Amino acid sequence: MTQGKEMIRVANGQGFWGDSILGAVRLTEEGPLDYLTLDYLAEVTMSIMQKLRSRDPQKGYATDFVALIDRILPRMVEKNIKVIANAGGVNPHACKDAVMEVLKKHGQTGIGVAVVEGDDLMGDLDSLMASGEEFKNMDTGERLAAVRDRVTSANAYLGAFPIAEALDQGAQIVITGRGTDPGLVLGPMIHEFGWKADDWDRLAAGTVAGHIVECGVQCTGGNYTDWQTIPNMAMLGYPIIEVHRDGSFVVTKHDGTGGRVDRATVTHQLAYEMGDPAHYITPDVIADFTSFTMTEEGPDRVRVAGVKGLPATHTYKVSMSYADGWKSVGQLTISGPDALAKAKLCADVVWARLAYDGFEYSEAEKLVEFVGAGVCHAGTLEAGAPEPAEVVLRLGVKGPDKGKIARFGSELVPLVTSGPPGVTGFAGGRPKATEIIGFWPALMDKSKVETRVSLFQS
Amino acid sequence: MTVVALHRIAQARSGDKGEGSNVGLIARSEAAYQFLKEHLTAEVVQKHFAAINHGGVERFVADNMRVLNFLLEDSLGGGGSASLITDAQGKTHGLALLRLRMDVPDQVLDATPDPATASV
Repeated sequence: MTQGKEMIRVANGQGFWGDSILGAVRLTEEGPLDYLTLDYLAEVTMSIMQKLRSRDPQKGYATDFVALIDRILPRMVEKNIKVIANAGGVNPHACKDAVMEVLKKHGQTGIGVAVVEGDDLMGDLDSLMASGEEFKNMDTGERLAAVRDRVTSANAYLGAFPIAEALDQGAQIVITGRGTDPGLVLGPMIHEFGWKADDWDRLAAGTVAGHIVECGVQCTGGNYTDWQTIPNMAMLGYPIIEVHRDGSFVVTKHDGTGGRVDRATVTHQLAYEMGDPAHYITPDVIADFTSFTMTEEGPDRVRVAGVKGLPATHTYKVSMSYADGWKSVGQLTISGPDALAKAKLCADVVWARLAYDGFEYSEAEKLVEFVGAGVCHAGTLEAGAPEPAEVVLRLGVKGPDKGKIARFGSELVPLVTSGPPGVTGFAGGRPKATEIIGFWPALMDKSKVETRVSLFQS
Repeated sequence: MTVVALHRIAQARSGDKGEGSNVGLIARSEAAYQFLKEHLTAEVVQKHFAAINHGGVERFVADNMRVLNFLLEDSLGGGGSASLITDAQGKTHGLALLRLRMDVPDQVLDATPDPATASV
């Protein structure tokens, strides 16, 4: 449905599972905004949510989102801000019900809340496999059959069109399950400007815009190389896309907020999690990140124009998770003098005591790190670094046998009395065995996924 | 020619890509970009990350952004929740690449603003 607007403002206030609630709150308060998008799902999240739902049919979605709506609802209504969130997880209707309760509590009637579904394939996996979908692992080529009985979640990454459809139906709040991150931002553009499924260049432009804002303040000065030059890091402004009907857009942020929007800060985010920049594949389009121009048109304003796109593929990416064994990691802090030598001795002592008790771990199953002595940048440091005043010894194991992994954890803390002097920092206690969630990325025929949009009124 | 750390002529951001990481290297000037495009090959980066990355390195270029994008195939200790290592997402790999020291022509240095003199 074309609304006739020439420009809309779309922002992202939640970049990942566990991000601060302040982004979304500030975006609704610090200046003008039309659409607020929120990403609550990491790959590991879907598996956790499936587990929660199996214990309680009213769970399995991002409860943070419900708390957020409770907090920002007055501003949403006052400014007519529409909210699009993948907070539905594996139970979008339960999420919608909880949001409805909040709307009721505030006495807000007539607000449209839409649910986008179809991404959750967990219940259809066997029939899909019977119909010929092999779900070959995109990295290894292996067929899903190898781990089928251990699969704990399976979700297709849906695109932007179901979100646009929900907005067309009049929703002010759109709740989805798994979808692409840029799709949250592209959806409102399709809705407002009436872009078609083969408007490849414009769909690609919205996808580039979505990629720029999908990690929140990572394009306004967060995680920026020259961090010393970033003003007011505490109050980094969240990114806003001012997009026009032709697909050209400006990246900006609200006046008076911290951080900076310039070519360099935006390019940092464009380069984030980048593969082949000429072929950025989503279910909506293949966007060419080498095609566009970037111009600084004023303070904290970068214009992006000329984005090119190629026709979308016929497949959805499916992300599956499966139980893949156990792991345990623990740490101790060891002070100097001779911190590094003592930490090395501590590691040897732990493995020797475990071996004495019949528990041996292969090199591939073991981790030994001396944090503070060059872990993150191993092999890239210049020689002659001074002896660290202390190091953090991180030890870990992984493998298929839970008992063997759990046994490791009980030999770490005893080093405080039975190792060299200066061993401390065991506050976390005995490390536990936790389940490893493996990922299985695959492709499947788009035509076998049925997306559904349903609208509810408060 | 002067030996400098890449940080002098480039910026970087990195993150996870499955069981590997990507390092996007952003040149600080067009002159720096042309120099890096010619000399900072996948082989040079592979050697630099030998103790971190246990797979191959693939390089992509984006002239419009002055970005060289390097994919390190096996640099996360297994990736996802299977990894035990501290930097399981490759968040610090960008800064590790900026530590690489290269012989850079003085014309390139002259044409590239020095980050040490930048201020808020």
